[in-house]
Amino acid sequence: MAKVNLNVKILRYHPEHDKKPYWKTYNLDLEHDVTILDVLNAIHWNIDGTLSYRRSCRSAICGSCAVKVNGRNVLACETSVQVFKTSKLRIEPVPGFKIIKDLVVDWDDFFAKLERIKPYLILDKPAPEKEFIQSPEEFDQIQEAATCILCTACTSSCPSLWANDNYIGPAALLKAYRFIFDSRDGGADERLDIINDRNGLWRCHTIFNCMEACPKKIKITEYISRLKVKATENSI
Amino acid sequence: MKIEEAKLYHKTDAVVVGAGLAGLRAALEIAKSGYQVAVVTKVYPTRSHSGAAQGGIAAALANTSEDSLELHMFDTIKGSDYLGDQDVIELFVEEAVKTIYELEHMGVPFSRTEDGRINQRAFGGHSATRACFSADITGHVLLHTLYEQCVKHRVHFYNEFQVFSLLIENGISRGVVAWDIRNGGLHTFHSKVVLLASGGYGRAFKITSNAHANTGDALGLILECGLPLEDMEFVQYHPTGLYKHGILLSEAARGEGAYIINDKGERFMQKYAPGKMELGPRDVVSRSEQTEINEGRGIGGKDYVYLDLRHIGKQRILERLPQVYELALNYLTVDAIKDPVPIQPTAHYSMGGIPTNIHTEVILDAKGTVLKGLYSAGEAACMSLHGANRLGTNSLQDAVTFGRISGIYMLKFMAENGFEKLPANPLDNAQRKISALTQGQGKERYVGIRDILQDSMTKMAGVFRTESDMLKLKAIIKELQQRFKNVTIDDKGMAYNLDLIEAFELGNLLSFSEVIVEGALARKESRGSHYRTDFPKRDDATWLRHTLAWRSDEGVKLDFSKEVVIYMDRFPPQERKY
Repeated sequence: MAKVNLNVKILRYHPEHDKKPYWKTYNLDLEHDVTILDVLNAIHWNIDGTLSYRRSCRSAICGSCAVKVNGRNVLACETSVQVFKTSKLRIEPVPGFKIIKDLVVDWDDFFAKLERIKPYLILDKPAPEKEFIQSPEEFDQIQEAATCILCTACTSSCPSLWANDNYIGPAALLKAYRFIFDSRDGGADERLDIINDRNGLWRCHTIFNCMEACPKKIKITEYISRLKVKATENSI
Repeated sequence: MKIEEAKLYHKTDAVVVGAGLAGLRAALEIAKSGYQVAVVTKVYPTRSHSGAAQGGIAAALANTSEDSLELHMFDTIKGSDYLGDQDVIELFVEEAVKTIYELEHMGVPFSRTEDGRINQRAFGGHSATRACFSADITGHVLLHTLYEQCVKHRVHFYNEFQVFSLLIENGISRGVVAWDIRNGGLHTFHSKVVLLASGGYGRAFKITSNAHANTGDALGLILECGLPLEDMEFVQYHPTGLYKHGILLSEAARGEGAYIINDKGERFMQKYAPGKMELGPRDVVSRSEQTEINEGRGIGGKDYVYLDLRHIGKQRILERLPQVYELALNYLTVDAIKDPVPIQPTAHYSMGGIPTNIHTEVILDAKGTVLKGLYSAGEAACMSLHGANRLGTNSLQDAVTFGRISGIYMLKFMAENGFEKLPANPLDNAQRKISALTQGQGKERYVGIRDILQDSMTKMAGVFRTESDMLKLKAIIKELQQRFKNVTIDDKGMAYNLDLIEAFELGNLLSFSEVIVEGALARKESRGSHYRTDFPKRDDATWLRHTLAWRSDEGVKLDFSKEVVIYMDRFPPQERKY
């Protein structure tokens, strides 16, 4: 396998002794087809054990490892260094969140916003003895939205959120969509009440950053638009 | 702030260690009944590795084929190579059906049949289409749904907390001590009950489908407390790990009709399991693959074979197997619509674990003596439902069903019992481990030790095992354990110290890996996932028994007196052929 020499700049920050984040450079030789996570592991394991980052599944499903590389939000585990078409990498935390240490950011606000939209099925009828009947077409309405891994790539790439951190953000709105458009759910009105305001749905200015950032290629902006239509219909 | 100064105390009715399907389902049961429950988890709940399960969750709903509880029971028993306890399996198949409808009512988005019922697909070792699924992200949607229910019922999560010690004294569990990964500092959780639901131990191996987090921490802690582990030599190797990465490609690919082919283009399962072909159970298919590779029929003579999806067609691949498609594309740049995907066996599932009775209570010995207040469920536990080999889709069902059942029994215990006193100086043990790493005189980084362990376990304790390899491996692990005493870390800080966590995890890996190897060395037969080339036959007369193992610095003590529960009139052991 061909090796490449990588010049990797990582935004480092340790709350116990750094006033602000700073760039640290590492040079290392790795196989040409390694992932960003392989690069972080190689640095952490073999060069500098003080580097911290989140990772777990390695297979793009747990949503732990979103980072910003050369200006793009990606999942470190599934992204090959080859896609950047350069041996120079700049790796930093995803924007819009407080940094805890190095590439690890504070998710508390992200999950708190998710909880606000009542992210669970709300039944307004008794459950049947067996399963609810839901047609394949009804399932198709929510299938793609249900693939969201809550990796924060969308929310942290949203300029509306950078400008106003009261905005609930695309991930929480997508979760609202996933339930409001579930044929079994009876909680549409109460959820729309929560998101139908200037820090909810209407703070989305259809910039499409979220869709470009989504590692699962979910059509987030489209789903938010469908929520806007539904909210408008409801208020008429 | 010094590490010693960060000490916090929490009193809560129940502590659940781990936030995968078993832990979340248990916590939900407790929270719904109004008791306090603290979920202590090293990763955020939605990051748990249950979410990586892809293909389905088993239950005999009979939505898309004839099926029955009896048949699910028989398939599971046969799949287990008769080591599974049949009373447990009987309870499991009955409860499985209830579990699915309950999950559906909670909002799990299942793929649907044309008439709107839960869709079910074929899976290895099952003789009916029994796997309820959501495309190929079944574990993901189950995990998120249970997390959402826990949000609804206000379960209290301690996210990114690593348990460092169990508080057990005089045969009674009293809580746990955990390290706050984000901020640093030890917290004492004082509780009436503790559930260990921290998942499997695949990270003892280099080639594994498991997450970085799957280091079997609770198993290391159990051994440290002088308690036994059960059936640890039974490690499942999944036949379709992505070549070199080990990442899982769902068995759903074969459920949807994918072939496995060798260098000659042959569907070689014809030779090994003509009745089931690629849908043989995982141990059989992995062994067949490894045999083809060892005999020079891997692709280009190398150590992999092909998973061929091409005939399934673009539309069905993208609809039913989108994750499989993306993984092959992103990790190997293989377009599975046009080209076959390189695969190899990968360490996947831990049949062994913390011994429990059918009520999920942790037991101390072959007689089944209960350790009061300590419970275990999911992959961390060994009840034993899966015996020597688990069938695909039975694990998600195991985790949710026995997570629920553990909740029920913990509630009963909490209603009948008060808080026990904490041991004197509860933080000492955890503090000692942390200080050894942050302030000790060690010189060697943990990374090299871990690399040797994982590489050796994959090479020598894999699909095929021999006595000489086990003896070599035992010596290697002994030496690594000595080296670990002199280990150090670069990061000495409090905040998000990944170095500290990884070094602590390695101590656990080294501890239970010795138990895996000693069990594999002692068990002179081949059963399910444990295959000894020097003893290729199953030997029921001697070895139709569970393994219990205790570990100390002197070595591992084994006990084979725990008998398998078998209904001789209904499911007597037979030769296992597919």
